[in-house]
Amino acid sequence: MACFIVTATEAVVVSAVEKLEAKKEVKSVEVGTGVEAVKIPLSRKLKWLRNMLWGGVVLLAFEHVWHGEVTPWFPFLTAMSNAEDAAEMFREMGTVGVSMAALITAVWGGMCVAANAIVKRPASDKSEHETA
Amino acid sequence: MTLLITVFAAVFATVKWYNRKDDSMRLGILLFLYWGASIMWLVDAIFEYAELGAEYFTPALEDMLNDTFLGLSVVALGLVIWIVRLLILDPKGSVKAALTGKKA
Repeated sequence: MACFIVTATEAVVVSAVEKLEAKKEVKSVEVGTGVEAVKIPLSRKLKWLRNMLWGGVVLLAFEHVWHGEVTPWFPFLTAMSNAEDAAEMFREMGTVGVSMAALITAVWGGMCVAANAIVKRPASDKSEHETA
Repeated sequence: MTLLITVFAAVFATVKWYNRKDDSMRLGILLFLYWGASIMWLVDAIFEYAELGAEYFTPALEDMLNDTFLGLSVVALGLVIWIVRLLILDPKGSVKAALTGKKA
């Protein structure tokens, strides 16, 4: 009904945090307190989460328009037209919406762990794989 | 069906991104679009399965057709977002070259 609103909210927050973090990183590089070059900056990792969240939100919003659950006129969500549907919508946001946001964040966490491991992997691994 | 089509699109975009020669096509945005949507639809599918049980896997033909049409439209929308972003960013300078009449 409107489960994508939960992820949209997370996407807004992540976008803001990412911008702040990017500014902080630029400042730390200018001052000369930058972290080692091999480490992936947090702002870059947050960008992955931001893109995944916005990507999902845009395509799911399209699906909701397709099913007639989102309209271009007020109140924009057809479920808001009566109390019963609104209650069902909020219940869905609390269950499906929160689960969507949690799973995307969990997948992103896994991506960050994997990316750190790949970056730290010794360069000789490549030639080993090529000969295997 | 929508989930299935989006997952295939996500995997295909990931393979294309992995085999890229350089980043001039900006394929990264496609991965995130399709994977983000796939994860969200997966959660939707899990909740629907919990509600319907095995019936979830035997949808009516009309619903399946509608979902297929939706899935293809979602893939098309993702591609449109990607191509518009690529033309605006213009990493190879092709659009600028076409507009100014100079070679990129």
